[in-house]
Amino acid sequence: MKGRDFPVIFELSTPGRIGASYPEPDVPRRPLNALLPADQIRQVPPGLPEVSELDVVRHYTRLSHRNFSIDEGFYPLGSCTMKYNPKIHEDAARLPGFSRLHPYTMPEDAQGALELIWELEQALAEISGMDRVTFQPAAGAHGELTGILMIRAYFEARGERRTKVIVPDSAHGTNPATAAMAGYQVITVKSDARGNLDVQALREAMDSSVAAIMLTNPNTLGLFEEHIVEVEEIVHGRGGQMYLDGANFNAILGVTRPGDQGFDVMHMNLHKTFSTPHGGGGPGAGAVGVKAHLVPFLPVPVVEKEGDRFRLDYDRPQSIGKIRAFYGNFGNLIRAYAYIRSMGADGLRQVAETAVLNANYVLARLRDRFDLPYDRLCKHEFVLSGTRQKKQYGVTTRDMAKRLLDYGFHAPTIYFPLIVDEAIMIEPTETESKRTLDEFIEAMRAIDREAQENPQIVHDAPHTTPVRRLDEVRAARQPDLRWRGG
Amino acid sequence: MYPKDLRYSSEHEWARVEGDRVRVGITKFAADRLSDVVFVELPEVGAVVTFMQPFGVIESVKAVSDLYAPVSGNVVEVNTALRDSPEVVNSDPYGAGWIIVVEPSDPKELDKLMTVEQYLKVIGEEA
Repeated sequence: MKGRDFPVIFELSTPGRIGASYPEPDVPRRPLNALLPADQIRQVPPGLPEVSELDVVRHYTRLSHRNFSIDEGFYPLGSCTMKYNPKIHEDAARLPGFSRLHPYTMPEDAQGALELIWELEQALAEISGMDRVTFQPAAGAHGELTGILMIRAYFEARGERRTKVIVPDSAHGTNPATAAMAGYQVITVKSDARGNLDVQALREAMDSSVAAIMLTNPNTLGLFEEHIVEVEEIVHGRGGQMYLDGANFNAILGVTRPGDQGFDVMHMNLHKTFSTPHGGGGPGAGAVGVKAHLVPFLPVPVVEKEGDRFRLDYDRPQSIGKIRAFYGNFGNLIRAYAYIRSMGADGLRQVAETAVLNANYVLARLRDRFDLPYDRLCKHEFVLSGTRQKKQYGVTTRDMAKRLLDYGFHAPTIYFPLIVDEAIMIEPTETESKRTLDEFIEAMRAIDREAQENPQIVHDAPHTTPVRRLDEVRAARQPDLRWRGG
Repeated sequence: MYPKDLRYSSEHEWARVEGDRVRVGITKFAADRLSDVVFVELPEVGAVVTFMQPFGVIESVKAVSDLYAPVSGNVVEVNTALRDSPEVVNSDPYGAGWIIVVEPSDPKELDKLMTVEQYLKVIGEEA
């Protein structure tokens, strides 16, 4: 019990206590060893907690009160848009016609669901400037892998052997991981002094052995790639493919289209840009859009419209195959569809404009207190540096992020991108009010003052959370992930 | 903090010539930037490493980075002590925190590495 103020569920266990009572079976009872082979039956019963329903409800309700969520507070999480998920999405996703639909339902009996997938595809193709979109991937990184595997299949179909993928040094870590998983050698290209991909370095790295470049635009510094047209000419000029990591799509919705910038493939994180829940509240959904020349390689099945009917097309000989069971995280497709339809074209453009305005407002009010390594108009996010605080007061970015928790905010992404020393990456999103932004700005300014006047209070933060600062080193070196009795 | 008898790579590895072998580690600058190192993925003895190509991975509480070989050749020793005590990379980067020893196939490659003066200039620019 030491170090915790309430027990884990196993410690609540009382022998014989149960949370449900089952009726007598209406089929004859048979001994377990008559139903299962002996080697499939465990020798020792599982150590499950024996608790009542009320024990379970209280335990998990208490735990849930320790959560920080977008429903509870501001989440300035650069690199991963955390905006409000409208509750009406939940109503739509829970409509019985959707929520009770079995994935093995024959397509003829699931026309409404297929129509929704098809219409969402049309909408996202229009928004992104792509020709077709798949919804199979379960999240952004899975979408990256899907996209890069399509690029690989494309070159294989052309009889071309390309072995490398170019990734900028400001990229999300998933990009090189994806390229490596798909069997490519990763070539890192540095950023220039303005935070763009260095065009000259790209020119030197780009040859006919490069299959693709994986870019994020706006990039992880929150900056629009100023030389995107030139980049496109260099990459396509050598026969390579342009892959867009769409993690930052929120910043350009309705303003510019990746397809028009020359990208051949992109993934869209529906759980970021299109306002569906993240992670445990999700799961995520990573739609992938492609230009026409990559359409034959889309994963199966593809929804096709014939007259006013919809069908699932599995007969696609060049497809990369199946990358996930069934048809993606359909519940999230419903939410994304509801979002796009309720916002409309003007609303989506306003999302980008407001997100960019909010980010620049926060940046303008913090720039006198923090170092700003790339001093440009930002898009939806920006990256500050805590170097000054570290050098002058010995207060690190990690300390300041922990201190933000005491002020009631989720900490922003820190120490990313790797090219910024003591990086603090802030993304306010369009769904936060000026009042919330002002409160956050005041907290950041107060922490800067504290770093100067009372650094210890920042060093020791957080002070008000149920768990104080965690020992990350010990957690990584000696992880203790399993509860053991006693 | 930056020994004069070492050669330095642009990716912050150091190389120390010891007879016909070269001992390799990462610099104090890199160790400080990474902060607390929690894991070092080491190659096997006998592995072949290539000049300025990744030969392993170093993981800290902040980031995961590739380790680049400052010279091509065969790995003849690896610092297995780092499996249990990766923090030595932080506390003694030029001593007990060494990572591998290489039998170089082309010792002239070492001439492409930086001297301490050149390296200090580079990190001065980066810092």
